[in-house]
Amino acid sequence: MNVIETHSLGKSYGATKALHDCNLAIPEGHVAALVGPNGAGKSTLLNLAVGLATPTSGELSVLGGYHAGSLPALDGIGFVAQDTPLYKNLSAADMLHLTRDLNRQFDQDYAEARLAELGIPKERKAGKLSGGQQAQLALTLALARRPRLLVLDEPVAMLDPIARHDFMATVLTAAADDGVSVLLSSHVLAELERVADYLVMMSLGRIQVAGEVDDLLAGHRVLTGPTAEASRYDQWPVVHIASGGAQAHLLVRTTADDPVPPGWEAHPVGLEELALGYLREPGAGALPGPVRNWDADPAEVAR
Amino acid sequence: MTALSTMSAPTLVTKNADLRPLPWRRMAWVTWRQHRTALIGVFAFVGAAALCLLIVGLQLHHAYAAAIACHPANSTACTGTVAHFNGIGNFLSNGVLFLVLPPLIGAFIGAPLLAREFEAGTFRYAWTQGFGRWRWTLAKLVALGVMVTVASGALSVLASWYYQPYFASGSQSLSLTTFNPLNPGLFEQRGVAFAAWTLAAFAIGALAGVLIRRVVPAIVTTLAVSGALAFATGGWLRMHYLTPLVTKGLNVPGSARIVSQWGSRGGRVVFTGPPSYPIYQQYCPAQAGLGKGDGSSSGDPLQCLAQHGFTFWTSYQPAGRFWAFQWIEGGWLFALSVLLIGATVWLVRRRAV
Repeated sequence: MNVIETHSLGKSYGATKALHDCNLAIPEGHVAALVGPNGAGKSTLLNLAVGLATPTSGELSVLGGYHAGSLPALDGIGFVAQDTPLYKNLSAADMLHLTRDLNRQFDQDYAEARLAELGIPKERKAGKLSGGQQAQLALTLALARRPRLLVLDEPVAMLDPIARHDFMATVLTAAADDGVSVLLSSHVLAELERVADYLVMMSLGRIQVAGEVDDLLAGHRVLTGPTAEASRYDQWPVVHIASGGAQAHLLVRTTADDPVPPGWEAHPVGLEELALGYLREPGAGALPGPVRNWDADPAEVAR
Repeated sequence: MTALSTMSAPTLVTKNADLRPLPWRRMAWVTWRQHRTALIGVFAFVGAAALCLLIVGLQLHHAYAAAIACHPANSTACTGTVAHFNGIGNFLSNGVLFLVLPPLIGAFIGAPLLAREFEAGTFRYAWTQGFGRWRWTLAKLVALGVMVTVASGALSVLASWYYQPYFASGSQSLSLTTFNPLNPGLFEQRGVAFAAWTLAAFAIGALAGVLIRRVVPAIVTTLAVSGALAFATGGWLRMHYLTPLVTKGLNVPGSARIVSQWGSRGGRVVFTGPPSYPIYQQYCPAQAGLGKGDGSSSGDPLQCLAQHGFTFWTSYQPAGRFWAFQWIEGGWLFALSVLLIGATVWLVRRRAV
């Protein structure tokens, strides 16, 4: 089952194309990170997935074939929006009650245990909680609904490092223990390596890279060699060239089995380095499935 | 490879949303908890107004009973009871005090209902819960709409009782104050109109909230629109609910409300409104001095004009049409409210974020 699947998905706001021609299929059981610069269309894609927005063109289905925003889709998706909106004048206990009444399933025991664990006083108004506590409360509300997919829009952007760490720990526990699929958008590249096992990169309203992290890492290498040679390098598709002085670092799409050209050194690539390489080259792409900007390595197509 | 094959298929949505919606009663606590402050405010206002009507109303009814029971009518004691009756509750008699209630309910319950969700971003929470966004909106609008309508309806029942002595027959002969039931300000407070105005203002507020998405501008718009609608209705529209009756002359029966007056000569309308001074001067100079206080003229000026071939006409709405007008006004306001609430729900369901 694909938790989210799109076909030529497009979304325009007036004359602005926030998203166009997006093809994506994220299988269940992953913690998928949606990465891209501001304005790449991350929030638009997430709003479409949770049914807050409707597509202008193309198609979108969630949880293996449901309309986004339909009752089963709403039922199975827990969403924590950007800046974790809560009713500021309601207490944490009231927010629990509200969410319980508005949903088919709500695990009150889980939610109360989480609040106790986090040290969030139940009678305190949501508006009086710290930023980290508000984020944790919003996440607790979403998880207590026992969703199959958890969608998080920039969940940690406003949090300090400790709150950020605690928040992601909760997400990862839910993913590991309860098998919740997670789709989160983030600016924070350093988090990714620890958190995500599926990467979706977006730029300019398009999907740039999508695939399992292990496959992506196996399919890319960094080649180090003389700068003078860098521009002539064409043995494998080059994503990004970083040249500093005499040495150039090339992020290329290749596997460890491929022979390294003479005069060059090959290194495995880290997720952050890979993501940065693609962020710096909005035109480059590495996509699985039927849409590819160039002939992709077969290893990435196979799942 | 399954992903690949489904992606090339033309339709991704393969499952029907066959899940039963959550029961409506789930919204009861949600609606109460989120709007209780505003609702308590409304109930406090209505309660205070009702108490005021009740206290002054009891005095008024007692004074009325004393005034009509007094014999002989022209004795000093009886003149005193009449003056007492006429002096009670003048601050309530013009009705303006209560007319602010519908626009206020529209502005402070209707307008923030959706505007606050947009402004605070909490619609992203509320509309992604299992209840579903349009049902969430409809449940809130109906529950709150019914509550404010019932509250204001109860107040207007009390107001109807309060004003009873002013409409009783025979009051005029005792020189007790009487009111025209069709007067703007008074008409809206009695019958079904008050509740209907409250519902309409609430619906105007809700629609303003979903269109404007900001609390304060939505409140201002609601006050302006519902105020303008009330003025336009009271000042013009209401007098045309039914074709006015037309009578010769400038006098109308009982407490009818005059719509317009005009004069004609030789089958042509020559002036509108009561005859003006220039017309008197031209045709009846002797009587034109009337009202100038020189005492030199004599005779009825209208009779004089009639002798010169003028005919006077008055169109009016008889007081007996009060209930017909109430149902007409209640009816179109209710239809308008249903339309506006429907539009609000439709916008919530359709409008992309």
